[in-house]
Amino acid sequence: MAQPAFVESLDPQRAEFYVALLKRMLLLRRFEERAGEAYAQGKIGGFCHLYIGQEAVATGSIAALEPDDYVFAAYREHAHALLRGTSPRSVMAELHGRRDGCSKGKGGSMHLFDVENRFMGGHGIVGSHLPLAAGAGFAVKYRDGSQVVLCFFGEAAVNIGAFHETLNMAALWELPVIFLCENNRYGMGTALERAAAVYDVYRRACSYDMAEETVDGMDVLAVHDATGRAVQRARDDKLPTLIEARTYRYMGHSMADPIHGHYRTKEELEEQKLLDPIECFAARLTNDGLLHDTMHAILKQSAEDEVQDALTFADESPDPDLGDLYTDVYRD
Amino acid sequence: MATKVFMEALSPTMEEGKVLTWHKAEGDTVAEGDVIAEVETDKAVMELQARGSGVLRKILAPEGATVDVGSLVAVIAEADEEIGEEIGGRVDDGRAAEPQPQRGSAAERQREDREKPAPTATPATPAARVKSSPLARRLAAERGVDLAGVRGSGPGGRIVKRDVEAAEVAVPAPAPAAAVAAPAGADYDDVGLSQIRKTIAKRLGQSLGPVPHFFLTTEVDMERAADTRAALNALEQGPRISYNDIITKVVAIALRQHPACNAWWMDDRIRYFNRVHLGMAVAVPDGLITPVIRDAHIKSLRDIAEESKALAARARERKLMPEEYTGSTFSVSNLGMFDIDQFTAVINPPEAGIIAVGSITEKPVVVDGAMVVRKRMRLTMSCDHRVIDGATGARFLQTVTQMLENPLAMVW
Amino acid sequence: MAILTYRDALNHALREEMERDPDVFLMGEEVGVYQGAYKVSRGLLETFGEKRVIDTPIAELGFAGIGVGAAMVGLRPVIEFMTWNFALLAIDEVVNSAAKLLYMSGGQIPVPIVFRGPGGAALQLAAQHSQAFESWYAHIPGLKVAAPATPYDAKGLLKTAIRDNNPVVFLEGEMLYNLKGEVPEEEYTIPLGQADIKRVGSDVTVIVHSKTLTVAQKAAERLADEEGLAIEILDLRTLRPLDTSAIAESIAKTNRCVIVEEGWPFCGIGAQVVDEIQRNAFDHLDAPVLRVTGADVPMPYNKHLERAAKPSPDNVIEAVKQVAYRD
Repeated sequence: MAQPAFVESLDPQRAEFYVALLKRMLLLRRFEERAGEAYAQGKIGGFCHLYIGQEAVATGSIAALEPDDYVFAAYREHAHALLRGTSPRSVMAELHGRRDGCSKGKGGSMHLFDVENRFMGGHGIVGSHLPLAAGAGFAVKYRDGSQVVLCFFGEAAVNIGAFHETLNMAALWELPVIFLCENNRYGMGTALERAAAVYDVYRRACSYDMAEETVDGMDVLAVHDATGRAVQRARDDKLPTLIEARTYRYMGHSMADPIHGHYRTKEELEEQKLLDPIECFAARLTNDGLLHDTMHAILKQSAEDEVQDALTFADESPDPDLGDLYTDVYRD
Repeated sequence: MATKVFMEALSPTMEEGKVLTWHKAEGDTVAEGDVIAEVETDKAVMELQARGSGVLRKILAPEGATVDVGSLVAVIAEADEEIGEEIGGRVDDGRAAEPQPQRGSAAERQREDREKPAPTATPATPAARVKSSPLARRLAAERGVDLAGVRGSGPGGRIVKRDVEAAEVAVPAPAPAAAVAAPAGADYDDVGLSQIRKTIAKRLGQSLGPVPHFFLTTEVDMERAADTRAALNALEQGPRISYNDIITKVVAIALRQHPACNAWWMDDRIRYFNRVHLGMAVAVPDGLITPVIRDAHIKSLRDIAEESKALAARARERKLMPEEYTGSTFSVSNLGMFDIDQFTAVINPPEAGIIAVGSITEKPVVVDGAMVVRKRMRLTMSCDHRVIDGATGARFLQTVTQMLENPLAMVW
Repeated sequence: MAILTYRDALNHALREEMERDPDVFLMGEEVGVYQGAYKVSRGLLETFGEKRVIDTPIAELGFAGIGVGAAMVGLRPVIEFMTWNFALLAIDEVVNSAAKLLYMSGGQIPVPIVFRGPGGAALQLAAQHSQAFESWYAHIPGLKVAAPATPYDAKGLLKTAIRDNNPVVFLEGEMLYNLKGEVPEEEYTIPLGQADIKRVGSDVTVIVHSKTLTVAQKAAERLADEEGLAIEILDLRTLRPLDTSAIAESIAKTNRCVIVEEGWPFCGIGAQVVDEIQRNAFDHLDAPVLRVTGADVPMPYNKHLERAAKPSPDNVIEAVKQVAYRD
C-alpha cells in the first residue's frame, strides 16, 4: 500500500484522542458495511446511502463540536448520527424500520433524528436543510446562545437556490453556522465539473463575503483542525464559514446504484482507495508509534462486536404498532 | 341494420311524451348515445338518446307530436338501407304522428323550445331505475313510502324530499270537476291540454273508475251558524269568518269523533289518521287546487279563517308550495258561492271521503209544526265504500249536521 | 367593541402575541422598515426592534427555511409572504420540512411556525398574482390551514395559530385588508378547526371561507328577498382541520348545499367538502351538492374577464336555486 508522506509528526500527548478518532472511523466503516449486507438481505428498504470512504469528514469535524452544538445533515447521514452519540442500536433499528429506531421507524435511513444529542436530521431533499441549519443559527443568536451549528451537505447542493439564499442570509445576519461541503465529486452520477461553472466550492464564499477554507477530506485531523477554526469563528465572532472537504465515496450513490460504470471507472475507484482515510490514519498512528497491531485488531473487533450487537438488536426490535401510523402528525 | 327509435319511458311514471325538438334532421349522421331529441314528459324535459349509429333516415313524430311510450318516432339506418318495412309498421298506427293542438303556431313553439337553455338534467334513465335523492330514500324507508309509486319533481324526474312528503299523505289533489266555471263567449275554444290539466283528468278518471262511490245528502239548518258568524264578525278584531271556515272547523272536529271517515284506502291496507288535514278546493284560473289546512281539528276558528284566506290567495297566485297542497286526509268542496244548491264531489284518492257544500238559501220549512223561513244548506258526502260503510258515513254526517245546527258544540 | 380593519386586527394579533411571548418573531420581505407591503406589520419594528421584526432579502425559500429551522429549536416564527403567489418558491420548506419533521423524527421535532400573507386575487393583477392556494396546503398532513373572512376571525385565529405547536398556513385576503368589523378589546382566541355559522337559515347551506363570505352574504340577501329562501352560511374559517361535524349538522338541517371558493375547481377545497358531505351526510341530501369556484383558467388581466372568472353572487344564486329545485 502506498503511503502518503506526512509533513509533520503527531503529538504524542494527544494519542488518546487520535485513537478515539480511529475507533470511531472503524465503527462507521463496519456499520456501513454491515448495513449494506442487511440491505442486500432485504432487511433494510428504501434508499440507503452509505458513507464508506468519507469517514474522516464527519469524524474530524464533529469531534470539534461541543455536546450542545447542533448538527444538520443530508441523507447520507448514518455516520453523523453515530458520531453525535446516537447509539448504533438506535441507528440500525431505524434503518430496519423498527420501533426502537431513533425516529421510531418512521424516518428510515434518510431521516435519522436525535434531538437529545442535537442531531437535527436526516433531510432528503438536496439543499433543503441548509436554511434549516441557518434557522437554528438564527435561534442561537436570537437567544444570545453560544452554540454553533454544523451543516453537512454534498457538493451537488451548491448549485441549488437554497444554498445561495442561505449563505447570503447567514453572512448578512452573521449567523454562527458552519457550512461543510462534503465534496465527494459526484452528485449521483454527475461529476461536479459537469454541473458547476465554478467547481472549487470554497470560492463560492466570496459571493457572500464569507470566510472559507478547503481541506483534505481524507485526513481526519485536517478536517478536525479546519472545523475547529470555523467553530471558533462561529462561537466567538458569530460568523459563518464555508468549508469544502474534498473526499470520495467508495459505494454507489445509494445501495440501488452502481459503484462504478458510466460516470467513473473502476481504476479511479481503486486509485482513490489507496488514500483510504482509515487505513492511512492507522498507518500514520502506527508510523508514529501511537498504534500497535494488537490494539488495531482490538479496535476492529470492538467495532465488529458493536455493529453485530446493533444488528441483533435491530432484528429483534418490533415493528411499530399500526396505531402509530397516525401519531406524530400533529403536536397537541 | 336499421335501429328503430322509440318514445322511451324517460321517467318512472311516463306514459306518453311530446317531442319538443329534434336535434338531428333527416339525413344527419348520428352516433349511438347522441342526444337526438328533447322530449317533454309528464314532469320534465328529457333527452332522447340514439340507441344505434347511422343516418337519421326518417322522423315519424314531428316536433310537437305527443306519442305513447313505445311508439316508433324515427328510424336510424345506413344511408342506402331499405327502411320501408320499419316505417310501414308505424304509418298504419297513424295517431302518434298527429301533432297535438297547441297555442301559437308550431313554428313559434319550436322557436321557443329551441331558445330554452339546454336542460342540465342527466340523460334518460331506464324506467326500472327510480331516481331519488338520498334524503328521499331515507324518508321513504322511514315512513313506509314505496318510491316506485312516487313521481319525482326534481331534475330528470328525481324524487326529492317534497315528493316523498307529498306521497306520504296524499297524491296531488284532483277535485270536483264541477268546480270549473262554465266558459262563456265564443262557441268554443280549442285549447291544448296542459300537463296539469292532463294530470287532473287522469286522476279523476282513476277515481271514478276504481273507487266505489256512494253518496249521502242531508240538509242543514244554518240559522244558528249564521248568528254565530254574525256575532263573531261583529267583533272589531280578528279576521272575517266565512261559512266555509265554520264548516271546515266542524268537519275537522267531527272527523276526530269518527276516525273511520278520516282514512286512506291504500290498496293493501286502510290508514286511519289521528290528525285531520283538511283539503279545501280552490278554483284557480286554469283548474283547481286543494290547499290543505293542517291539524284543522285543533286550530281555532280564527286561525282557520286566516290560514284559509292566505292559502286561497296564494293558490290563486300559483305560489303554493307542494307541502301546502298535498297530504290532506279528507276534503271539503264548496260551490255555494256559485249558487249551486247541491252537487256531488269526486273523491280525492286515496282519501275515503269528501263533503260537497251547496249554497245557503232561505227556504220555507216546518219547525215545531209551523211554516217558517230558515237558512238551509245541503251537504253531500261522497264515500269510498271500501273504507266507509253507509251507516258509518251517515253517523259522521249526522255529527256534522248537529254541530252546524248548534255551533256551541264546537267548543266542547 | 372596537371597529377594526382586517389589517389592523392582524396587526393587533401580532403585537399581542409578540408582547406575550418573546420567542415570537416576524420575518419577511418589507415587514420592518417599509412597515409591511400591505401594512399589516405597521409599527412593529418600532416596538420590537430589528431582532424581532426582520426584513429579508427576496428569498422565499431561504427565509421560510430559516423560520422552520428556528422553530425546530423552539422559537415561534411568523413568516410573512408578501403574497402566497411568491410562496411557491418556498413550498419545499413548507411541505417537505415544516409539515413532515414531527412525523419523520418520530415525534421529536415539533415545528411551531406560522406562514402568513395574502392569497387569492385582488384586482387586475393577472395570472401570476391572482391565485388561491388553499387546497395545495390543505392537502398536506402535518399542516394546519386557516383562511379567515372577518377582522374578528382574523385576529382570533392568528393568535391561536401563533400559539399552535404545528405549522399553520394562514391565508389572508388581500381584498379583505380594508374590511371593517367589530373586534373585542379584551383578549380572545378562536380554536383552529371550528367553523362558524355566519347566517342562520333552513333551506340551503352555503359553505364559504375567506373572501367568498361576502359573496355569499350578498347572494343570501337577494335569495331571501327574491326567492324567499333562507340561506345558512357556514364559514369554514379553518380548512385543516376541517370542521366536518358543523358541515354535517348544517346539512342535516337544510338537506342542500352549495360550496363557494375562490380557487380553481379541480381538486379544490370544495371537492374535499363534497366528499365529507357524501360520507357524513349522505342520507340527508335532497340534491347533489354544487360548487361555485373561480373559473378554471389562469386569471386574465382584463377587468370584465377577471370579473367573470371570480365567484359572484349571481353564480351563488344560480347554484342555490338549482339545489333548491327552483327554476
